Amino acid sequence: MLGLLEGGPRHGYDLKRSYDERFGQDRPLAYGQVYSTLARLLKNGLVEVESEPGAGPERKKYAITDAGVSDVTGWLDRPEKPEPYLQSTLYTKVVLALLTGHDANDVLDTQRSAHLRLMRDLTRRKNDGDLADQLICDHALFHLEADLRWLELTAARLQQLAAQVRA
Amino acid sequence: MRRIADLALGVRLSVGGGRSGWTRLALIAVGVGLGVAMLLIAASVPTVLDARDARADARSVAFEQELTPGEPTVLTQEVRSMFRDDPVVGLQLQPEDDDAPLPPGVTQQLAPGEVVVSPALAELLASDDGAALQGRWGDQVVGTIGDEGLAGPEELRFYLGTDQLTTNSVTVDRVQSFGGAETPDEGLDAILLLLVLVGMVVLLLPVAIFISTAVRFGSEHRDRRLAAVRLVGADVAMTRRIAAGETLAGAVGGLAVGTLLFLSIGRVAGYAVPAELSFYPADLRPVPVLAALTVVLVPVTTVLVTLSALKQVLVEPLGVVRRSSEHHRRFWWRLLVPVAGLALLTPLIGGFDESLGSQAMVVAGLILVLAGMALILPWLIQATVHRLHGGGVAWDLAVRRLQLDSGTAVRAVSGIAVSVAGLIALQGLVGAIGVVTAESQADTTTFQASVLDIDPDADSAATWAHELSRAEGVAGVGTLSSVWVQAAPGTGRSSGDETAGDEIGVDAGTCEVLAQEARLDSCDDGDVFVVAPDGATAPEAGSTYLLDTGREEQTRWTLPASAQVVEPAQGGLGAMGGMPARILVTPGALDGIDVRPESVIAYVSLDPAVPDALEHLRTAAAQVDPAAYANPIEQERVASVLGGVRQVLLVGTVALLVLIGASMLVNVIEQLRERRQLLAVLVAFGTRRQTLGGSVLFQVAIPVVLGLALAVLTGSVLALALQAAVEAPLTFDWQGVGLTSGAAALVVLLTTTGSLPLLWRLTRPGNLRSE
Amino acid sequence: MPTEPLLTAEDLHLSFGPTTALESASVEVHAGEVLALMGPSGSGKSTLLHCLAGILTPDSGRVTYAGRDLTALHDNERSALRRSEFGFVFQFGQLVPELTCVENVALPLRLGGASRRAALRSAEAWLERLEVSDVAGKRPGQASGGQGQRVAVARALVTRPKVVFADEPTGALDSLNGERVMQLFVAAARDTGAAVVLVTHEPRVAAYSDHEAVVRDGRVRAREYVR
Repeated sequence: MLGLLEGGPRHGYDLKRSYDERFGQDRPLAYGQVYSTLARLLKNGLVEVESEPGAGPERKKYAITDAGVSDVTGWLDRPEKPEPYLQSTLYTKVVLALLTGHDANDVLDTQRSAHLRLMRDLTRRKNDGDLADQLICDHALFHLEADLRWLELTAARLQQLAAQVRA
Repeated sequence: MRRIADLALGVRLSVGGGRSGWTRLALIAVGVGLGVAMLLIAASVPTVLDARDARADARSVAFEQELTPGEPTVLTQEVRSMFRDDPVVGLQLQPEDDDAPLPPGVTQQLAPGEVVVSPALAELLASDDGAALQGRWGDQVVGTIGDEGLAGPEELRFYLGTDQLTTNSVTVDRVQSFGGAETPDEGLDAILLLLVLVGMVVLLLPVAIFISTAVRFGSEHRDRRLAAVRLVGADVAMTRRIAAGETLAGAVGGLAVGTLLFLSIGRVAGYAVPAELSFYPADLRPVPVLAALTVVLVPVTTVLVTLSALKQVLVEPLGVVRRSSEHHRRFWWRLLVPVAGLALLTPLIGGFDESLGSQAMVVAGLILVLAGMALILPWLIQATVHRLHGGGVAWDLAVRRLQLDSGTAVRAVSGIAVSVAGLIALQGLVGAIGVVTAESQADTTTFQASVLDIDPDADSAATWAHELSRAEGVAGVGTLSSVWVQAAPGTGRSSGDETAGDEIGVDAGTCEVLAQEARLDSCDDGDVFVVAPDGATAPEAGSTYLLDTGREEQTRWTLPASAQVVEPAQGGLGAMGGMPARILVTPGALDGIDVRPESVIAYVSLDPAVPDALEHLRTAAAQVDPAAYANPIEQERVASVLGGVRQVLLVGTVALLVLIGASMLVNVIEQLRERRQLLAVLVAFGTRRQTLGGSVLFQVAIPVVLGLALAVLTGSVLALALQAAVEAPLTFDWQGVGLTSGAAALVVLLTTTGSLPLLWRLTRPGNLRSE
Repeated sequence: MPTEPLLTAEDLHLSFGPTTALESASVEVHAGEVLALMGPSGSGKSTLLHCLAGILTPDSGRVTYAGRDLTALHDNERSALRRSEFGFVFQFGQLVPELTCVENVALPLRLGGASRRAALRSAEAWLERLEVSDVAGKRPGQASGGQGQRVAVARALVTRPKVVFADEPTGALDSLNGERVMQLFVAAARDTGAAVVLVTHEPRVAAYSDHEAVVRDGRVRAREYVR
C-alpha cells in the first residue's frame, strides 16, 4: 500500500483501483480494507492527508511521509524469511514411503503429475494474462518447480541409499 | 628462466596432448621434414656439382699441352657417341711410352683394341637391352673405370686403346698428364643455367609456403588448449611462448625427419636422375653454411609463422575468438609486387646471359612475380566468392564457408598455385627451347641418320658406303664429300666478297644426298646447283676453281652456266642465314675429277622395322672409325637433356602436389572434426550425404580452380617472358598446362575422397549426443 | 485415446557398447500434441528422441510413424522423411555458422528441393512470426542466444512438419528468454498442427506440454493423460 503511494499523492479510490490492477483477481481489495489500512498508516505517521476543501473520504488525498518512504525502502530491502520446510507434508510422505517399503519414484511420479497439472494451468494463465498475472504465476511456478526438483533429488538420493543398503 | 619454462611447458603440452596432440606433432614434423629434406637437397646441389666438376676436370685433356721433353706421353682423341638418348663419351688412348700417363680411374695401359668401361656401361653392354652396343669399341673389355674417374655412377664412359692415332688430325692431342683443361663448363650454358635458376625458385618457394602451412596443422585444437591454459592464469605473452614451444617441438622433429629423409633420398637420388646428372651418394652433402641456415631458419620461421598466426586469434580464458580475418583485402598494392617482378624480367628479353646481374634479376623477378601471385590469390578468392551466388545447397554451403573464412583455403592453395605457375613457366621454356634446338625440321623421308667423318681419306666415301650398308637395319647409304676450293687466279668473282675471300665450299653427292642440303625441284646426274642463303652472294657462272685431288696436283673446274641457284634445305645449317654460298655438284658434273674430301657425311636411311637400327649404325660406324660422329638427322640432343630436366621438375611438382594435397586433407579433416555436432544436426534434418560431400568438394575445388586459373595466367606470362629472354619462338605449352592442371584437379578429388570416410563416420547416427 | 497415435515406439532396446541406453522403452505421440520426455541425465530420453526421429535405429523394437515402420526403412528413406515430415530444435550449435539466419531457416526447404527464392520468402515469414526479423541478414554468431534458438525454431517449423523434435531447446537460455522461446514455439507448433516431442529436465519447460512421459533407466515410467 505504501509502495503505491510512493508514486505520488493519491485519493483512496485511486489506491484501490491500482492495487487491483497490479495484484489482480486473486486478492481483490475491499474499500473498507483500503481505508482501514490507510487509517493505520496515518496513526503510525507514515501517511499524511492533503485535505481538499469540502471532500469526503473518497476525495481525501493521501500522501506518503518521509518516514513512510524509509519504511517502504526498509521493507523492500528486508529479505523474506526463507521457509526451508515448505512442503513438510510432502517430506513426511516421501520418508514414510521409504520406511514402509514403497518406491520413492512412485511418490515422485504421482507428485510430478499433480504438480505439472497445476503448472500447466498456471502457464496457460500466465500466457493469457497481463504482467501482474505473469509475476504471480511465475512465483507459483518457480515454487512448484523447486518442490519437484527437491523431490527428484530426494528420490535419487533414496535410490542411492537403497542401493547401498542392498550392497 | 620464466620464458624457457613457458617454452618447455609448450613442448610438454604438445607431447602430452594425448593422441590428437601426437597426431598434430607428427603432422608438423612430417610437413616440416619434407620441406627440410628439399632444402637440404637444394643446399647440396653446389657440392654435387663441384664434385662432378672436379672429377670431370681431373680427367680432361688439355689442348696443346706444353710438353716436357723426355717425359712419357700418350695420344688421345675424344670419342662422342650416344646410346639412344644418353651420351657415351670416351677417349682413344695410344700410349707412346710404357709408363704413359693414365686417366683417373684407369689402372693399366691399354693395348690396341682393349677397352675399359664405366660400371654403368659395363652393365648396359652385358644386358640384352644394350645388344646393339656390343662390339662398338671392340669386345676386349679388360676392366672397369674406378669411381674417381667418373662424374657420376650412371655415367656411360670408356677408354679404348688404339694404335691408329696421328697428330695430323686436329682432334688428336698429345699429353703428359690428364686434367687442367680450360674447358668451359659443359652443359650449363645460359639456357640451362636459366632453367636451373627457375627450377630452384619454382620448387623452393612452394616449400616455404608448405612449411608455413604445416605449422598451422591442428592449430584450432592448439588454440583451445591455450585457452584452457589461460583459464588457469597464463597471460597473453605466456600463451605465445607456450605456442612457440609447441611449434618448436614440431619443427625440431621436422628437422630430424627431414635429415632422415634427406639421407635416405641421398642413397637413391643419384641413380634416379638422368645419367648425365647422376651423382655419388657421398657427394650429396649440403654446403655447411646452407645446412646451418636450414637448421636455424626453419625453426625460427615456424615460430614466426606461429606467432603471426596467433595474432589472428584472441586466446581468451573462456575460448578462442577469431579476429575478423575477413577484413576487406585491397588489391592495388598486391599488384605492385608481380609488376615489379615483371619489370625486373623485362630487360632480359633477348638479352639473357650468364652474368651475375642477369642471374640475380631472373631470380628476383621470378620470386617477385610468384610471390606477388601468392599475394593476389587471397584477394582474388575473397573477391570471387563474395560475388558467387545461387546454385545448389552444397554449393551454397561451400561458398558461404569460404566467404566466412577463405584464409585457410588460400594458404593451402597458394602452394599449388605457385608451383603450377612456375612449372608452366618452366615447361613453356623447356618446350620452346626444345623447338629451338630440335628446330632442324630436316627432311627425314629419305635419310634418317648421318655419320660425320671429319678426317677422311681419299676413298673414305666408298668405305663408309660399303661398311655402313652392311650394318643391321641400314637400308641405304649416300655420301656427301665436302671440300673447300680456291677460285683460280684471274677468274671468277666480279665483285670482291670481302670476308669469304675467294674460297667456296663444294659438296659432291648424288641427287638424293644433295636434296638433304638444298631444295631441289629437279635433279639429274650432271647437274650443278648454287645454294645462296639469305645475304650471301652467289658465285657467277663461269667462275673457275682449283680442285685438290689429293695427288699433289690441282685440277681446274668451271662452274657451268647451267648451274641453278636454289634455296637451302629447311632445318639445315644453311637455312639459319648468315652462311656463305656453296656449290652442290652431282658426280656427273665433276667430269671424273677425283676430289680429295675434307669431310665426308654418310647419309643413311634406316629400316624403321629394325629396333635400335640407329644403335647398330653407330656401332658399325665406330668399328670403321671410333671418332666418326653418328647421329640422327633430327637433332634431339639438347631437347633430351631438357626432357630430363622436365622430368625432374614433374617429379618435383607431383611430390609437391602430394604434400599440398596432404595439407588440404588435414585442413578439411580438422574442419569436419570441429563441426561434428553441426554435421550431426544437418543429418538429423535429413541432409543427404551427397550434399555434405559435395559441399566439401566445392569448398576444396573453388579455391583450387581459382588458384589454378591465376597460376596458368601467371605461368603463361612468365613462360612468354622467359621464352623471349632466350629468343625462342613464343609458344604456349598446352600440354604442360593440361598436365599440371589435371594433376591439381586430381589432388582436389583425392583430398575430397580422402575426407569422405571421416565425413561418413561423423554423420553416422549417434554423433548427435554431446560428449 | 480417441485417435490412432501418429508416432509410436514399442519395446525399444538400444545399447552403445556396454552401456544400455534404452531397455524396453515404449511411447506414443498423437498428432498435434505436445509431449514432454522427462527424466534425469543419462536416463535415455535423448536417445529415445533420436530413435523416434529415425536418427538412431534401435537394436530391437519398432518405431512406427503414420503406419510405416521406421526401423525397416533405408537410411535414405528415413533422411527424406526427416526432411519433409519432421523438424528439429537442439540445445545449441545447430545453426550453420556461415549461413545467415534467414538462409539457415531456408535450408530445410532447399534440401527438400524448393527454389532458393521461395525458400527465402517463407523463411522470412517464419522469422517474423518468431519476432526475429531483425537478425534475418545476420550470421548466427551475431545473434543472441535467444534469437538463435528462435531462428532454430523457425527452421524446425518452416517445412510445416508433422512432428517437431526438440532436445532441451531452452537449455542454454536464461529463464526469460527460455520462456519466450517456449511460448512462441508451442504457439506456432499448435497453429501448424505439429506434434512436439520435447526433451527437457526443467518442469517449467515441461509445463508447456500436454502430457509428460518420464524416462528412467532406459524405460518409460509414466505417461499421464490429462485432457
